Amino acid sequence: MSEAYDIIVVGGGPAGLAAGIYGSRSRLKTVILQKGRPGGQAATTEELENYPGFPRGTTGPGLMEAMAKHAESFGTEISNEEVVELDLDGEIKVVKTKSGKDYSSKSVILAPGAAPRTLNIKGEQELRGKGVSYCATCDADFFEELDVVVVGNGDAAVEEAMYLTKFAETVTIIVIHDEGILDCNKVSAEKAFANPKIKWVWNSVLQEIKGDGIVESVVLKNIKTGELSEMETNGVFFFVGTVPKTDILKEKVELNEHGYIITNDRMETSVPGVYAAGDARDKYLRQVITAASDGAIAAFAAEKYLAEEEGFKVQVLNEAKPVMVAFWAPQVEASLAAVSQLEKIADQLGDSVKLVKIDTYRNERVAKRYGIEEIPSLLFFNRGKVAAKITGTFSQQAVIDQINSLKE
Amino acid sequence: MKEVDKKTFEDEVLKAEGLVMVDFWSPKCEPCKELMPYVAELAEKYDGKAKFCKLNTAGNRRLSISQKVMGLPTIAFYKNGEKIAELTQDITIDDVEAKLNELL
Ligand SMILES: Cc1cc2nc3c(=O)[nH]c(=O)nc-3n(C[C@H](O)[C@H](O)[C@H](O)COP(=O)(O)OP(=O)(O)OC[C@H]3O[C@@H](n4cnc5c(N)ncnc54)[C@H](O)[C@@H]3O)c2cc1C
Repeated sequence: MSEAYDIIVVGGGPAGLAAGIYGSRSRLKTVILQKGRPGGQAATTEELENYPGFPRGTTGPGLMEAMAKHAESFGTEISNEEVVELDLDGEIKVVKTKSGKDYSSKSVILAPGAAPRTLNIKGEQELRGKGVSYCATCDADFFEELDVVVVGNGDAAVEEAMYLTKFAETVTIIVIHDEGILDCNKVSAEKAFANPKIKWVWNSVLQEIKGDGIVESVVLKNIKTGELSEMETNGVFFFVGTVPKTDILKEKVELNEHGYIITNDRMETSVPGVYAAGDARDKYLRQVITAASDGAIAAFAAEKYLAEEEGFKVQVLNEAKPVMVAFWAPQVEASLAAVSQLEKIADQLGDSVKLVKIDTYRNERVAKRYGIEEIPSLLFFNRGKVAAKITGTFSQQAVIDQINSLKE
Repeated sequence: MKEVDKKTFEDEVLKAEGLVMVDFWSPKCEPCKELMPYVAELAEKYDGKAKFCKLNTAGNRRLSISQKVMGLPTIAFYKNGEKIAELTQDITIDDVEAKLNELL
């Protein structure tokens, strides 16, 4: 097994790269495991006009290359590896890759992103790469002087359709809604309506793609009338949303019913020391900026986690003498009294015992790990192991008796 | 790997003897560039067993379409002037190697 990292980041899209920048800049040993070139979905769109600070003139691949260089400049390693298995439960997490390597780390940030959704309509699978595409930058130039249809009407669909007009003769957008209604932002909608190369088919869905080895036509179905019609075209581009790439995470961290990773606003997953960022998360807006933002938060939270774990290890687990760990919270009056009582006891006992106070409001994790359900609670550690537990308020004598029994 | 284009495709691929593998790519296709180094490794590993070519579809659009390639990345296999197999989009190098072994 290779040397342990502080942070392993799974996925090198904008979320993973931002996590790399924040992690390595905090001097944490950080590696990004990324299948193929970094950049993710953002590297598949030329039209990236809404990343702050880059009004026009930056492209998805350009911005992503800059982010990757930025991360590397602070010391992030980016390894071309596909993660196939994860063991996240222990204190040391192990991530296995397809090439057969094991990476180990104290914390993990999951940023596997998402992939285009397929609709599995007739002909879609067979004619992939034969005119059916999910990536405009990859395939647009094949369609110079040809006609294409775009399926979908969200931001990505309408913006990619605009990009396609630079190549194709006509771009026909198939919209499921009534005339004039699009799911994309207003600015893009207005631009698209004004573009003479864009044509619209309303109230319709794609029923079938036909062609002998190459796309020749599509069958459209009007959802209002049920009427079918055939339209000649050379290409079909699908932009109908994405699905998270979280198959390898099933039963590892908590996912929602659509497979997105559930986190809180600190990007913590259901497993301590494991964070998630970017499009693979259950979240409201999936964009480059929010992916990068998640990555920053996740790395910051991981840094705090590592510091707290390290602190607990040094102060409690590796301590030779008995340690009393008091769990308190600022809003629990009784716990404040308990803490000051313990401070007095510790003073009395002098050097033979150590007192460590844990504010459970700021550090829930340690409390949870040791099953603390009531505040105040007191744990006695002896050589790294829990030797006794007192829940709720306690008498001075009970504490002293406990310490004495430990010393025996 | 041999770079082929519209002028050389006929001689290098269609008229070649034995199995020929062609990697269709373009500079704008990120997944193609991801795959390319692995394809080059494969070409070295199977050197002598098949012929390995790459074709930049930018500038060779008509040729690509005539080969019914309209999406990238595409890896096509030819024998005796005919396309006998093809892998397209979402390809992993393992898929390519498996197909190659199947055809050899
Ligand atoms: C066509 C299109 C146009 C878009 N336009 C815009 C736009 O104009 N503005 C905007 O802000 N956003 C846009 N977006 C959305 C934006 O690209 C995403 O929100 C963003 O890329 C999400 O970043 P991410 O890091 O979470 O995931 P991704 O970008 O999906 O990156 C995840 C990476 O992780 C890798 N990975 C996954 N699983 C593994 C594994 N097991 N092992 C190793 N690596 C793995 C993937 O290969 C991928 O490279 C667009 C998206 C698309 C598809």
